[in-house]
Amino acid sequence: MSEIQTETTQLETRNPKLESDLRELAQDMVRRAMAGGATAAEAVVREGDEFSTVVRLGQVETLKESGSRAIGVRVFFGKRAASTYSSDFSRAGLDRMLKSALELAKITSEDPFGGIPEVSQLGSLKGDLDLYHEDVYSLPGTQRIEYARRAEKAALDFDPRIKNSEGGSFDAATGRKVLANSHGFVGEYRRSYCSVAAIPIAQDEKGGMQRDYWFSVARNLGRLDPPEQVGRIAAERTIRRLGARKAKTSHVPVIFDPMVAASILEHIFEGVNGDSVYRGASFLAGKLGQKIAGENVTVIDDGTMPGGFGTSPFDGEGIPTRRKLVIENGVLKSYLLNTYTAKKLGLETTANASRGLAGTPGIGPGNYFLQPGTKTPKEIIGDVKEGLYVTEFLGHGANLVTGDYSRGASGLWISGGELTYPVEEITVAGNLKEMFFHISEIANDLEFRGAVASPTIRIDGLTVGGE
Amino acid sequence: MNHDNFFFKHYGLTQADLPRYLAAALSAGGDYADLYFEYLSSTSLSVDESMVKSASQGISAGCGVRVVSGERTGYAYTDDLSPERILHAARTAALIASGPAKTPAVGFQQKPARSLYPVSLPSVDAEITAKVELVMRVDAAARAYDPRIKEVRASYADELRNILVVTSDGTIAEDSQPLARLNASCIAKGEQQSGRGSAGGGGRVALDFFFGEKTPEHFAKEAARQAILQLDAREAPAGEMEVVLGPGWPGVLLHEAVGHGLEADFNRKKTSAFAGLVGRRVASEKCTVVDNGTMPWRRGSLNVDDEGQPTQETVLIENGILKGYLSDKLSAKLMGISDTGNGRRESYEHIPMPRMTNTYMLPGQDDPEDIIRSVKHGVYAVNFGGGQVDITNGKFVFSASEAYMIENGKITAPIKGATLIGNGPDVLTRVSMVGHDLQLDEGVGTCGKDGQAVPVGVGIPTIKVDRLTVGGTARKDSGGFMQ
Repeated sequence: MSEIQTETTQLETRNPKLESDLRELAQDMVRRAMAGGATAAEAVVREGDEFSTVVRLGQVETLKESGSRAIGVRVFFGKRAASTYSSDFSRAGLDRMLKSALELAKITSEDPFGGIPEVSQLGSLKGDLDLYHEDVYSLPGTQRIEYARRAEKAALDFDPRIKNSEGGSFDAATGRKVLANSHGFVGEYRRSYCSVAAIPIAQDEKGGMQRDYWFSVARNLGRLDPPEQVGRIAAERTIRRLGARKAKTSHVPVIFDPMVAASILEHIFEGVNGDSVYRGASFLAGKLGQKIAGENVTVIDDGTMPGGFGTSPFDGEGIPTRRKLVIENGVLKSYLLNTYTAKKLGLETTANASRGLAGTPGIGPGNYFLQPGTKTPKEIIGDVKEGLYVTEFLGHGANLVTGDYSRGASGLWISGGELTYPVEEITVAGNLKEMFFHISEIANDLEFRGAVASPTIRIDGLTVGGE
Repeated sequence: MNHDNFFFKHYGLTQADLPRYLAAALSAGGDYADLYFEYLSSTSLSVDESMVKSASQGISAGCGVRVVSGERTGYAYTDDLSPERILHAARTAALIASGPAKTPAVGFQQKPARSLYPVSLPSVDAEITAKVELVMRVDAAARAYDPRIKEVRASYADELRNILVVTSDGTIAEDSQPLARLNASCIAKGEQQSGRGSAGGGGRVALDFFFGEKTPEHFAKEAARQAILQLDAREAPAGEMEVVLGPGWPGVLLHEAVGHGLEADFNRKKTSAFAGLVGRRVASEKCTVVDNGTMPWRRGSLNVDDEGQPTQETVLIENGILKGYLSDKLSAKLMGISDTGNGRRESYEHIPMPRMTNTYMLPGQDDPEDIIRSVKHGVYAVNFGGGQVDITNGKFVFSASEAYMIENGKITAPIKGATLIGNGPDVLTRVSMVGHDLQLDEGVGTCGKDGQAVPVGVGIPTIKVDRLTVGGTARKDSGGFMQ
């Protein structure tokens, strides 16, 4: 048993003065940039705390606890822009950050589409979006360690073949973001997060090892799955991989579990990302209003869902988030855009700007998901005579320009409508332009474990590469 | 200790502070503690549509405190380098241990310093206009390569990382680590198909590297060539076949197939498919693989690792026999092996762990042309995107972005990108030919492990793997890839 005492490491109580200071600081940076000659400016301040612990084979392996903050500014001189950031909040540090931004803007190009949003576009969703719960830090230190220990123990106790482990873990984090710009916008929000995970390792009689994992993640502690459940599922997923073999190279129906299906759905996200679209770097560029998938495919992006992992009251440029249909019954209805890419394409922003500390705003998902169907995953598997059920991808073999798709995979072989033996060291390949027309089944098991989520899906016409 | 150390000069840190911070870290016992001070300054620029659309600069600084007690690690960090905040971090990290306070060593030994990347003017401090010139030249050269090149994105990024590592066993080490990279990416549009290509490079070099050794035009032409080539690419085959890897960046095979599996932490915990295989054959006798952190100017090199230990050349596989692992301090101590100077971390916010530096295979005797000639039906892969490995079952992938069919000893048509998949502990046993043409990559690699990214290098001569699974789409019987 661990004798660690972490109760005393509770983060110091927040200083209310400092809190208003960060908001004031962001506005002050904007004012000073304008006084320095900028024609528009934007400042972002981020502050966060993190806690993480790993318990391995019953013993605490790591314990990490800290907080940090940073500030970034983006300035415009007419149509030229530049950005700088700093973790140094001293007067000298902030002065230098501002001065560099103003100087750097001199060397960038005039871009007719550059600029911050119009005043009329700015704003923030009202009401409680259920994003922040202090209870992620409410557990005393020993209890946090217990969460990690319980998850790992449940996995180790599940089956004698679970002989080793990369540990159980518990993580908690809170973050605060303040955004201010020279149109008078100032907004802020906090988000919290906690997760419990287990990574067991199983070994068969021949010495072959397999590892898998499971986790639960939530914005508050109360919604986290019990650690025992997480550990048990992790163990089940690991045990079923023992004795995996290669499959024959073949063309069979492929069913993707929700985790890997979400990764396929991300390719649509990358494909409708305005940044790829205006550059012609996407297989979906120029396809607005056209059929890009089967009738059964409806994809939604919604930054407003209370408690969601992709929810925020405003996007990275200070525009209220919204819900939009990306694909409706197979027809591409909307790209996902920020202010810049919207102007480039002659469209309205979809409030998908994502803002790091530095650089130009990118594009990020809200809660982005494939609308579920009605069949259970079991029914969908039951319809397949010979096929592949994929539970894990290895590598990132998608070419968004050409749509070529080829990834390493492992999972279970389907025979006679049942999951049979495990398979590994195989590839799944096709082309994204065709794959979304060949989603022949969509299950009813949509569950958000992150900002992007998908139910189980079946895709036909793919090549399985193996022996 | 040098009194003009960066942190002494700019943050008012003094020699006397160091034992005090370490004592706070060991205030609840523990076997070992260290402090990692980091000051990172960086610049990035990008050109798109022939315009400099983005320019940014930034500073991040902080201190991480680690306390080790047996197999346990406590860690805390601060981005405020005031004595109060460092002491607070030290006391937080200290909570991993529970026992009487320990006293750190008195007096610090500075490890003999190497100078693998002496630059008189770090690129972060160089004129920004020269960096603008680089990205604009990439843009111009890529567009001039072929009218079918429709989109070009060029980017340049550099950084200078000043570090100071102080340990309770009496080591003090400092380093100033420059890093620069220039990148080109292109999209080509043909009548039927599109293609993309990218190329880049750099290292721990000064800005003049890009005006002499590797020019913007070099990277631009390479990216454009790859994009144009894809316009005529055919479907890649699917299934097991002979695979020839070209020299240089295809060394990512070694990084994924064996490198990660030989990191000591996985072997200490026996979670790696390579655990317990030291002294056993894991490759054909033609294969000797090393990790070498001491190569001048290279992206993966370091004078000292992030635990203050000088880097070295470590033989991983010698004539096919597994010789040893890549270790950091913790693994070295717990496993009773030597510290190979591979303890690295992404930043002061992260706990160090064993990581690769520059990993490559030594050259063999075979002529690259003979290697191609020996293949009846297979794939010749010369450029790759990234890769990934499951270190427990040993399965790894790496994705070819430029590859060709080999038919009856001749390179024939270019094929579309495809993932190659294999099993780490046995893929190198199927290496039947090793060329004499070892090349290292041009300086583009970034490796991720447990959410931490660090720059690395890879290299390999032309090699032939007798059997590897290629993840294409072509049906074997369709003849779709025949000439």
